[in-house]
Amino acid sequence: MKRLAGRGRINQDRTISFTWDGRAMSAHPGDTVASVLLANGIRVLGSSVLMNRPRGVVTDTMSDPNAFGQIGTGESSEPLMRLTQVEVYEGLTAMSRIHKGVLPTGTDTGRFEKRHAHCDVLVAGAGPAGLAAALAAAEAGARVLLVDEHPHLGGSLLGEDVVIDDRPAHLWVAEVEQRLRDNPAVTILTRTTVFNVGDQGAIALMQRVSEHLPEAKRRGRALRRMWQVRTHELVVATGATERPLVFPNNDRPGVMLAAGVRGYLHRYGLVPERAVVFTTNDDAYRTVLDLINAGVDVTRVVDVRPDPQGWLPRRARELGVEVRGGSVVMDTTAAADGALAGVVVAPLGGGETELITCDVLAVSGGWDPLFDLHHYLGGTARWDEQLLAFVQDNVVAGQRVTGAAAGIFGTTACRRDGHLIGLVAAEATGFGSATSGPAAPEAADVTEQAPADFVRVAAVDGDESHSFVDHHRDVTMAGIERALNSGITNVEHLKRYTLVGTGTEQGRTAKVNAGRLAADHFDLDFHMIGVSNARPPSQPVTFGSFAGRALGARFDPVRTTAIHSWHVAHGAVFEDVGQWKRPWFFPQGTEDMDAAVLRECAAVREGVGMMDASTLGKIDLRGKDVGVFLDRLYTGTMGTLKVGRARYGVMCKADGMVFDDGVVLRVAEDNFVATTTTGGAAGVLDWMEDFLQTEWPDLDVWLTSVTEQWATVAVVGPQVRTVMSTLAPELDVTQDSFKFMQVEDAVVAGMPARVARISFSGELAFEINVPTTSGLAMWEAVFAAGEPYGITPYGTEAMHVLRAEKGYFIVGQETDGTVTPLDLGLDWMIADKEFVGRRSLRRTDMLREDRKQLVGILPVDPNDRLPEGAQLIETAEYEIPVAMIGHVTSSYESAAMGRTFGLALVRGGRSRIGETIYAPLLDRTVAVELVDPIIFDAEGTRRDG
Amino acid sequence: MFQIRCPYCGPRDEPEFKYGGQAHVAYPADPEQLSDEEWTRFLFVRDNSRGRYAERWNHAAGCRRWFNVIRDTGTHEMVGSYRSGERPEDAR
Ligand SMILES: [Zn+2]
Repeated sequence: MKRLAGRGRINQDRTISFTWDGRAMSAHPGDTVASVLLANGIRVLGSSVLMNRPRGVVTDTMSDPNAFGQIGTGESSEPLMRLTQVEVYEGLTAMSRIHKGVLPTGTDTGRFEKRHAHCDVLVAGAGPAGLAAALAAAEAGARVLLVDEHPHLGGSLLGEDVVIDDRPAHLWVAEVEQRLRDNPAVTILTRTTVFNVGDQGAIALMQRVSEHLPEAKRRGRALRRMWQVRTHELVVATGATERPLVFPNNDRPGVMLAAGVRGYLHRYGLVPERAVVFTTNDDAYRTVLDLINAGVDVTRVVDVRPDPQGWLPRRARELGVEVRGGSVVMDTTAAADGALAGVVVAPLGGGETELITCDVLAVSGGWDPLFDLHHYLGGTARWDEQLLAFVQDNVVAGQRVTGAAAGIFGTTACRRDGHLIGLVAAEATGFGSATSGPAAPEAADVTEQAPADFVRVAAVDGDESHSFVDHHRDVTMAGIERALNSGITNVEHLKRYTLVGTGTEQGRTAKVNAGRLAADHFDLDFHMIGVSNARPPSQPVTFGSFAGRALGARFDPVRTTAIHSWHVAHGAVFEDVGQWKRPWFFPQGTEDMDAAVLRECAAVREGVGMMDASTLGKIDLRGKDVGVFLDRLYTGTMGTLKVGRARYGVMCKADGMVFDDGVVLRVAEDNFVATTTTGGAAGVLDWMEDFLQTEWPDLDVWLTSVTEQWATVAVVGPQVRTVMSTLAPELDVTQDSFKFMQVEDAVVAGMPARVARISFSGELAFEINVPTTSGLAMWEAVFAAGEPYGITPYGTEAMHVLRAEKGYFIVGQETDGTVTPLDLGLDWMIADKEFVGRRSLRRTDMLREDRKQLVGILPVDPNDRLPEGAQLIETAEYEIPVAMIGHVTSSYESAAMGRTFGLALVRGGRSRIGETIYAPLLDRTVAVELVDPIIFDAEGTRRDG
Repeated sequence: MFQIRCPYCGPRDEPEFKYGGQAHVAYPADPEQLSDEEWTRFLFVRDNSRGRYAERWNHAAGCRRWFNVIRDTGTHEMVGSYRSGERPEDAR
């Protein structure tokens, strides 16, 4: 196409340059990549996805099935960008990648933001209907958010030569825009697309903030911003898209949609050398008239209708255009580069053919209202026999469709409908009254002649393998026929079988034709077949946009204890437990993890160790009924606990499966503190609150999470009493005065503390609890007091090994939501009283003898450490498939025992103690002996030191 | 993303809430008296109906109260919400 001086909504006084496939291109501000390519004579954009056919720009909107490319280079390059939408800027690089992009590698350095907003009326689309709706709603008093994907308001008016109120349409647009911008309750978002509509008016928008600017001008601004809007009313004013026609070789570059051709004229000042127009309707004659007005040779209008007599065809004839009724384009010819060279015209139904030379064939098969947003919440459509198009059928609450999207065509009618819809939407949100609003503009559109119900020109030789229904997916009429002949009778199946309508552009030019051709094939009414459903997102949204700024350290909150800085300073390797960072182990010198853990374990068993236990969940319970409450939740009895004592407890969900465990301390008659697992703290609090609020609101119990208010230092090992005596000379820590599971308030290292004798290792141990603000000071004091005795800080891995030696299970490691207290051998913890889940423990399935039960395992080779998760089978020799009778839940090397060991869940395991079973691994099969879960210090003599 | 009306705080976005399943399914008063089948029905069987459905929600990132919502499972219309102890007819 060629550029006409002084035409188009671009600034032809300024020239900018960018590259297309490495070639420098000259453009003007306001151009899109697509318009520049056309202006530079680049008709062939690339090759089609399957058939390698040359393809070019089809239209000027986001419905274009071919105009895609790779924008940018390197890590910020983006595939499958719409060239009809990408605005050119100085330095832009674009590459021909029309149907398959290249994913950038590395880290996307672009910034993406998110924003939330509320409004009364959100208007999607700023064409004549949307502008009228936004203005009416705003002037009725509603908060209005007006959204349009283009850089400028006006919608279809940007690509048309229309007069409104006796002046060019753009003056009307400017006036409405000014009135909207002057209204503080109106927000206008251009370059913004509604990509999803959710329940209760949840609208998702994607705004292109700075990506249309040269890099230097972005200056740290976000490339895009995702908006989450909550609106009372949604007005869908998203216009319509033109439908192509199916005929042999209808995909050659230069075959364009008629409205697209006049769009390129009015928006970018681009015209063909010589055009032919092929239509089923009057609207395409607007292209004829506009081209002639611009001095273009429109050689022929090929109209399917036998006798086009509307005012538009008559006007075209008056201007000397040869209008041929009852005829079709039955084929096209190509130039050397594969682009259009000419069209073969013939009477409909056969006869003399004529070859006409042209560089553009402007095609119109009618118009499809675009109301995808209506479909997202279950909106339905019906085929309108007069319009020959789908229109909205049902009403979706909180949504109104207007303008061309509602099947209302003509600028005046759209403005009138938009105005009324705007008033109604405002009224629905409590503003103004639809009936008493300002008078709507009168409808004054001139009637047009009915369009022809026509989709396809059959190939004379019957070969329809080049009659394209979907350019983007290379679906031809032959492909559609093949699918329908193979038994497909449903458009959703047709879509998935042929991929028709599944393109990045959502098949906007293909779907309706595919459905109509299927209906023709079966000789059914079209409404029996319909079209495949539109689904969000309405256009591709990058992962970066969803991530926004929640990247790296901002991805998830990080929780650290009061002692964290000490751990970091002392070289701890950290483990993530939920959001907590916990020291995993503290390597010394060149130690690897195994060596560090062995050393830490040995120190605890032989001397004294210390651990930061601050992350354990802590729930403070107060009230006179706390004992009753806890008795109903734990399998054991808590109400009988004496003040100053602690007790271990396990909780089940109603299904009887172990849910969490921990030690409960009674610190006063009406005050308990329940500890939970680190990861389970929030869930346990939720669970307790649920029962208190909904099942037992009569109980006097008050819950407070105090996890972050307390820091806990566990001091563990045979030499712990020496360390404690140094730290708290006033506190008698002898066995007689400070018994296991005793709780004392005491001054430790000069700080008030709550000290409890709780052990998760089987060793003599004290847990020192202090307010979080004293946590680091207490830790340092304990470390200093213990240093003469070689006190050893240890991490979660050593803790796990030590507890496993004692057969203590860990929720989430030995349990997985299918394990009951009985499976864990906790029969002794089931008190004779009702508690949540108790009834489940005598369901038939719970009584099965072959349930998986907790056992200890000792690999026969004491140096062989099994991987956790390894399956267990009966025999050393096996053939796949083989019955799995259990799995390894924990597996470690024990410093104390000088060998490897583990815990496992094995079918009927408790009755199989002493037997040998096998763990089949990729490289070996390991024999393991089943033993009691308490492998170390079975008598429990170490607990009291 | 739903918008849910907390009876204590007003309308808020769904991410502030936690779902709690079908409403008005009380923990049995005396589970030991129930047959396996009755107990199993309490544990695992819930209505899965199209149309108006009473369900529990917790305003977890707000006031932390549990309350009930009538939602149309076919259209996702939030018909109304009501506090524990109120009747479904009181939903608003
Ligand atoms: Zn609330």
